[in-house]
Amino acid sequence: MIYGLIAVGYTMVYGIIGMINFAHGDIFMVGAFLSLIALLALAGLGITSIPIALALTLLFAAGLAALYGWTVERVAYRPLRGSFRLAPLISAIGMSIVLQNFVQVSQGARVKPMTALIPGGWELMNQDGFTVQLSWMQIAIVATTLIVLTIFTWLVTKTPLGRTMRACEQDLKMAGLLGIDTDRTISLTFVIGAALAAVAGLLFLLYYGVIDFFIGFLAGVKAFTAAVLGGIGSLPGAVLGGLLIGLIEVFWSAYFSVEYKDVAAFAILILVLIFRPTGILGRAEVEKV
Amino acid sequence: MRPAVRDAVLSALIALGLFAPMVGLVLSNGEQGLELHGRPLAAAVVVALVFFGRLGMHLWTHRPGHEARTIRKSLKVPAGTSKFLAPALLAAAVLLPLTGSRYYVDLGTLVLTYVMLGWGLNIVVGLAGLLDLGYVAFYAVGAYSYALLAETFGLGFWTCLPLAGILAAFAGILLGFPVLRLRGDYLAIVTLAFGEIIRVVLINWVELTHGPNGITDIPRPTLFGLRFSMDDGDDTVAGFFGIEAETIQRVIFLYYVILALALLTNWVTLRLRRMPLGRAWEALREDEIACKSLGINVTNTKLTAFATGALFGGFAGAFFATRQAFISPESFTFIESATVLAIVVLGGLGSQLGVALAALVMVGGLEMLRDLLSTIGEQMGSELFSGLAGELPTYRMLIFGLALVVMMVLRPRGLVSGRTPTARL
Amino acid sequence: MLTVTDLTMRFGGLTAVDRLSFEARPGDITAVIGPNGAGKTTVFNCVTGFYRPSSGGIALRHADGASFELARMPGHRIAARAKVARTFQNIRLFAGMTVLENLLVAQHNTLMAATGFGVVAILGPGRYRAAERAGIEKARHWLDRIGLTDRANDPAGALPYGAQRRLEIARAMCIDPVLLCLDEPAAGLNPRESEELNQLLLGIRDGGCSLLLIEHDMGVVMRISDHIVVLDHGKKIADGTPGEVRTDPAVIAAYLGEGDEEDAA
Repeated sequence: MIYGLIAVGYTMVYGIIGMINFAHGDIFMVGAFLSLIALLALAGLGITSIPIALALTLLFAAGLAALYGWTVERVAYRPLRGSFRLAPLISAIGMSIVLQNFVQVSQGARVKPMTALIPGGWELMNQDGFTVQLSWMQIAIVATTLIVLTIFTWLVTKTPLGRTMRACEQDLKMAGLLGIDTDRTISLTFVIGAALAAVAGLLFLLYYGVIDFFIGFLAGVKAFTAAVLGGIGSLPGAVLGGLLIGLIEVFWSAYFSVEYKDVAAFAILILVLIFRPTGILGRAEVEKV
Repeated sequence: MRPAVRDAVLSALIALGLFAPMVGLVLSNGEQGLELHGRPLAAAVVVALVFFGRLGMHLWTHRPGHEARTIRKSLKVPAGTSKFLAPALLAAAVLLPLTGSRYYVDLGTLVLTYVMLGWGLNIVVGLAGLLDLGYVAFYAVGAYSYALLAETFGLGFWTCLPLAGILAAFAGILLGFPVLRLRGDYLAIVTLAFGEIIRVVLINWVELTHGPNGITDIPRPTLFGLRFSMDDGDDTVAGFFGIEAETIQRVIFLYYVILALALLTNWVTLRLRRMPLGRAWEALREDEIACKSLGINVTNTKLTAFATGALFGGFAGAFFATRQAFISPESFTFIESATVLAIVVLGGLGSQLGVALAALVMVGGLEMLRDLLSTIGEQMGSELFSGLAGELPTYRMLIFGLALVVMMVLRPRGLVSGRTPTARL
Repeated sequence: MLTVTDLTMRFGGLTAVDRLSFEARPGDITAVIGPNGAGKTTVFNCVTGFYRPSSGGIALRHADGASFELARMPGHRIAARAKVARTFQNIRLFAGMTVLENLLVAQHNTLMAATGFGVVAILGPGRYRAAERAGIEKARHWLDRIGLTDRANDPAGALPYGAQRRLEIARAMCIDPVLLCLDEPAAGLNPRESEELNQLLLGIRDGGCSLLLIEHDMGVVMRISDHIVVLDHGKKIADGTPGEVRTDPAVIAAYLGEGDEEDAA
């Protein structure tokens, strides 16, 4: 589920400007850090009600991460539009490294553990001391993801903003000629993608309780895999891909080996790209000559 | 003035949003779990920097008489400079061990390793225009090939060097064959994934690679069968020439080995550029579809570029293993790939001299800066300088990342650009 | 020479080319014309191997009797073996490389064979030297013909538009094609450049290479074509000499009568 949220960001940016936003995974990481900082700050201010604290954190992290997304686009990508092929890609990698090391420098390299905020769960069955439990945490993650994605889908399909976004996706130049402020639309895409990544960051923090400056890298690659698996450019595909990657990882860890869990995700990425580059829900691309 | 100030204030506000929580508040692992500390001063400094930086920038670009700037135009190196610079660098490289300073020779070896990696990757990225983010994988394959061959079969460095290269090239072909049909940015992420896969396998395949512990006691190279050793035997270099054995002899020898390897890389690249193959690589970078229309087998051509790059990565890896005498998966992280890529990009894609200069500045320069700072710190007993020196490695990657972005924005064709034609009429 | 039979190309639900058959005779300049969206470029991309046709055949026969089924060949082989060269509607030069290098890249396969596939030539020059000299001579020949000899060492991207067009044609000719396919070679040229182009194309035809061209500029088409195929909505509506096509009522209805700017000729 978390991968799905990040994957949406990849897929959106890719759909509009046809570029892989390497720094997206790191925005997710920044989002997780922002959430942690916000949670601690709120606790320090004496806000102890968990729902209120979480809601405020969500807003805070999503808002600031969106600002990060905007800045990244403005600084590292916009000047390069129309530059040669590799330029934005290299710039994106640079940005990813910058974000990672910025957090490492400013927040330290050590792992940040956090105590679970939402303990307990819902016991599904209890048989011979073997319990199957659905924790509140898991429920919260699923619920949040669904809510966020619903809002987001509404945003893209029903609002004027969504329409301009889809127009830009179809044909950036034409949309520009028709008077759509393409720069603004692209910025907004980054902003929304970053906000979603921050939500994912918060959920990741709550679920795993441990974050460090390096989580963005793996999560980024896996979310990208999810986006490709689902068909890059397709929003439902991204969510579906996220779910699939999550499931594959869980089953892989359960039946094969935990050590090679990451290899599994990468291997899937390579296999999908080789055999079905358009993904499950993607459309075929015809190369214009 | 007014718009400048407004612009700067706006930037500062954004910076405040960006940095106030991340710099101004710091998480630390206290006794009772995590603690949050304020660091308002640091945040204020950063925001102020942004404010004045932006103000300065604005005033600079809008100063009277300033026309639309040609900042994008690449730095034109006067034709004469590069003619002198390259031989001068080479001479300096050859003569460096005469200083007899172990420190400089070690540093030189490190720089040359990166120069070689840079030149190897330059074939792939600079000439053929294929963005390879997993170059370190081939470096690792080379290093582990040598270490394992030496450990298992007792083979020497010189036997293993070509083998390591060939194995790395083979890995390149194995990876390249399926993925080179993909679009450029897919290729980038697949190579990235491949680099990680290799590393994870190295960590987890304990029976073969000893996992995270790495491989120790990798044999050193010999000089025509003569060992570098302190025990004065007849088969050691010192014993043979009847001189006193010193470690510096081996250090210098290693230095010349990597110098020779790097020069080999450079020579082969320069030769290939004048060959149809090299020209096809460059043509591929310029326009793949046109290549296809001219009857060039695009996949095979990419594959040769990939394999050639991997070959030199493998050589460099074998050298790394023999120099360190110890390797572990730790040495082959994505950061290495990124460093080499930064060197290639900074040097100007495709420019041999540029890559050498970039490696010198980014690896050698930073290393020297750090040592300089720590020496000053020791001499003056100043906390500030030694503190800075200690922090430098952490900031190193931050600088690399920033360099990548800034380079792409300001000079996408690199510091040293302007290619030499491969044929003249 | 080139025989296209029942060529069909579909993109999803859209049929861009519908059971098209025509023939290009050796030593002719065959023009494919039609309104925008008629499927001209699609036909071209099928012939030159950039698209794989949904159905139908494209057979090419060399003067020596060797024949090739282009619809089944991978793209680069069509240029390398069947000797079909092409240019592009939006010029695709190797902009960062010099004019001369552009022409040498086109001779890649010949030169590559002379290098012993890259390996041998790194070590010793010998045979490759001679091959490269021959390659440069051939490039010089074409540079003389397109009048760019003095710009041989300049980056191709720095040339003026008209010169880039000519260079692209010269580059295509460097693969020694038997059939040269030109996608709107006169687009964006001024009348003088257009006339130079006509002379160049006629010269190429007289040199023994057949030409297939897509063109919007009726001046060029009517003046130099030996044979014209008219497409509309993916179907052939007329086929004949310029004189025949010009008076064909179907053509006038579908094409010349459609837009004022099209029948300027």
